Amino acid sequence: MTRFILIALSLLFLGLMVILPVIAIFHRAFADGFGAYRAAILDPETLAAIRLTVIATLLVLPLNVIFGVAAAWAIARFRFVGRRVLLILIEIPFAVSPIVAGLCFLLIYGAYGPVGALLEPYGVQLMFNLTGIVLVSAFVTCPFVMREVLPVLMVTGEDEELAAVTLGANGWQIFRHVVLPNISWGLAYGVVLTMARAMGEFGAVSVVAGAIRGQTMTLPLQIELMYNDYNATGAFAAATVLTALALVTLVLRGVLNRFGPKREAHA
Amino acid sequence: MTAIPRSTPRVLPGLSLGLGISILFVTLIVLLPISGLLWQLAQLTPADYVRVMSSERVLTALRVTLTAAAAATLINGVFGLMLAWVLTRYRFAGRGLIDALVDLPFALPTAVAGIALVSLYDRSGWLGSILDKFGLQVAYTWWGIMIAMIFTSIPFAVRAIQPAIEELDPDEEAAALTLGANGVQRFLRVVLRPLMPSILTGVGLSFVRSMGEFGAVIFIAGNLPYKTEIASLLILIRLDEFDYPAAAAIAGTLLLLSVILLVAINLAQTRMQRYLRTEG
Repeated sequence: MTRFILIALSLLFLGLMVILPVIAIFHRAFADGFGAYRAAILDPETLAAIRLTVIATLLVLPLNVIFGVAAAWAIARFRFVGRRVLLILIEIPFAVSPIVAGLCFLLIYGAYGPVGALLEPYGVQLMFNLTGIVLVSAFVTCPFVMREVLPVLMVTGEDEELAAVTLGANGWQIFRHVVLPNISWGLAYGVVLTMARAMGEFGAVSVVAGAIRGQTMTLPLQIELMYNDYNATGAFAAATVLTALALVTLVLRGVLNRFGPKREAHA
Repeated sequence: MTAIPRSTPRVLPGLSLGLGISILFVTLIVLLPISGLLWQLAQLTPADYVRVMSSERVLTALRVTLTAAAAATLINGVFGLMLAWVLTRYRFAGRGLIDALVDLPFALPTAVAGIALVSLYDRSGWLGSILDKFGLQVAYTWWGIMIAMIFTSIPFAVRAIQPAIEELDPDEEAAALTLGANGVQRFLRVVLRPLMPSILTGVGLSFVRSMGEFGAVIFIAGNLPYKTEIASLLILIRLDEFDYPAAAAIAGTLLLLSVILLVAINLAQTRMQRYLRTEG
């Protein structure tokens, strides 16, 4: 009996709180018919926003992958002074809320910030453009790849790598033929998480993007703009794109969980 | 930073490269921005700080943010525990799907969540129109802020509690049953007690997330100064007015609160686990 009540309550809660909002997105997007939806998606500003979001994500991804793998390697395989500090620093972005994160970047890299002011005479501007968007996206996604790769490296141990060293492999060969195959599932999951987060980041990006129409409007910012312009179909149509990406992320997560090696569950 | 040799000399390559990349990245992406905020804060005199933080508008924004986050966290604690329990202990059709959907709020961009929630709870929305008949208004009120916070932070509560339930031994519950413990006793003493450290982590993360949430909240919040304005939005408003010191003061306060909370959770969790272990 308790079992049924608990299952029913859980389903009700999840249905009302999580599933219904997602259904509402698609309902509102198609409320004026498929033609209106199509027109809204093909709107030049929306397309420009989609393009910018994709470009920014593709720039963040390699940064994060290189950093995540490098950091995980150093932390998993070596003991050095400041190892714990490095771990804490990588986790900091989890504790910083989006608006605060954006503000931090503005205060250091903005025109009035110490670093921004230093670069300004050379005509280098870091905020209110693509660079700013990429930098804050790198901040909010900072721990994702490292967090997935580190446990895998810890579990696999270094025996195979040591064997490769004794066989005369150089650093790149060890990485390419021993480390990479071992960490590939963890790395893949980290990439999925990073992409999902980078494409959807709103608060931090809205602080540093400058919101120049057709230029620095990422898709989430464009959704806000259209929503505030009472362009509900446009906003919800654009939202379906990001919702679909979120659903794909969940499916990929399920696939990696089922077919990948067993991972530790984490929040 | 130099490598401290362990028992065997390190033969694996890549320490300097891995460490070099890590330090460069962390410095540019994490350390410098955070010190940017600290640098701005350092230029404030204590009197400036007090003046900014004691204004009625800031105090109201903080109160709205913290009370809504607390309420959302309470609800997430209860439902997070329930969802985690149901997903771990029961097998039913669609369990895998439900398990995957718990992560949806984490995967869904916050701005998308924001417009979805407001369209649902608006007076013309599916839920808003029903609530309206009873004279209840959620959208553009404190309640809407709370709902948005529940939405974005529920995965944190569930995912923190779930692994701990997986480690619980159902035999102990059965043993308690044979020893004559009633349902409430079994739940409190055999189930809830060993879960407390992870529940604490779950609600702690949920609260920190709720406190800083922006995208999901601002659409449904109404954003009326002195009424339904959250702290994050006020930071953005001060920023638009180029009042950097005020923005930094509010942001620094929020950041300090999150850091204190996270450290406290960590400490409490370690202590609790040690206590539970010594208790056997």
